[in-house]
Amino acid sequence: MSNLITIFIAAAFINNFVFYRFLGICPFLGISRHIKSALSMGAAVTFVMVISGVSTWLIQNHLLDRFGLPFLQYPAFILVIASLVQLIEMYLKRYHSDIYKTFGIYLPLITTNCAILGLALLNSILKYNFTESFVYSIGAGAGFTLALIIMAGIREKLEIAPVPKPFRNIPIALIIAGLLALAFSGFASLRFG
Amino acid sequence: MPQLTKDFLKGLWKQNPAFRLILGMCPTLAVTNMAVNGLAMGLATLFVLVASGIIISTIKGLIPSKVRIPCYIVIIASFVTLADYFLAAFYTDIHKVLGLYIPLIVVNCIILGRMEAFASKNPLSNSIADAFGMGLGFTWALVLLGSVRELLGFGTIFGATLLGSWYPGMLVMKLPTGAFITLGLMIALMNIINEKVRGAAQ
Repeated sequence: MSNLITIFIAAAFINNFVFYRFLGICPFLGISRHIKSALSMGAAVTFVMVISGVSTWLIQNHLLDRFGLPFLQYPAFILVIASLVQLIEMYLKRYHSDIYKTFGIYLPLITTNCAILGLALLNSILKYNFTESFVYSIGAGAGFTLALIIMAGIREKLEIAPVPKPFRNIPIALIIAGLLALAFSGFASLRFG
Repeated sequence: MPQLTKDFLKGLWKQNPAFRLILGMCPTLAVTNMAVNGLAMGLATLFVLVASGIIISTIKGLIPSKVRIPCYIVIIASFVTLADYFLAAFYTDIHKVLGLYIPLIVVNCIILGRMEAFASKNPLSNSIADAFGMGLGFTWALVLLGSVRELLGFGTIFGATLLGSWYPGMLVMKLPTGAFITLGLMIALMNIINEKVRGAAQ
């Protein structure tokens, strides 16, 4: 159990996907303008992460490894993720239109979000078992959502700040992200046990 | 200027993927702690861009438009696998450093973006020119970023010592923070230069 808690904390804080592994930077810079949309995007990403993390784990361990097809890993993973996203979108549209309205528009963008493929690959690189992969996916999603919300909170304030013209928009967002990354690197000194 | 040259040149400055279009941010930030890593990542991306550009531009008439994105992704993923195995076989050290970020070329928005916006609509020669321009534009951006971070972080560029042993090295440049802040400052600098150029032209 304590092992699972360690994996969760490591995925969410110490090796935060945005600030430590540089995964999912495009939505991080693009969507993090308002807290509400940041929250929806984070929820959508976490949801897809958990489902795709679990399914790619099954494919890795029960198809690719068993039949000796490691070279098919990238095409297989990305196709699974793309079709899963499509499937989730169709399901939500049909049965849960209220949820679809909140984060449906973000779903197509998620296919090319490197955080999803990164997570699937990390599960196989770190050689996690099924439960560990599941917990790691939730932790990574939570960390991504946290990063998005912090950034959105700062950028809402930034809109009324007198930023010099060349720094407007992306450059200032990157510099803020750098300072946040510095703060997050403090988590590296967390030790367990 | 002939169209072919225009297609090539626009990726180098005007529509530079890393500095102007803000695409492919993950590798741009992740692997640029040293110039040589930036160069390797840039060239790997260039290879995948050109190779998938050639294939997609050639067979664009055969792909049904409804399933075009999955088709593009599979083609891109195959070339990424090729690049990954090539680096693992011949440049093991660099392959280890780049690690996770080589497979992530698959989801690099530059590649899918260029396939969707350019290669699937233009003739073969223009697509190759466009892919080379974008790839080289991305490569020089990564090498520049890597050189600045390596110089400030270690006092070297491409492993050659420029600042003597008196230089202690800035730890922050080796950390993720250095990547974010250097890129932010560089994009701001590009904005200032473009503003000046536009001012001089008027």
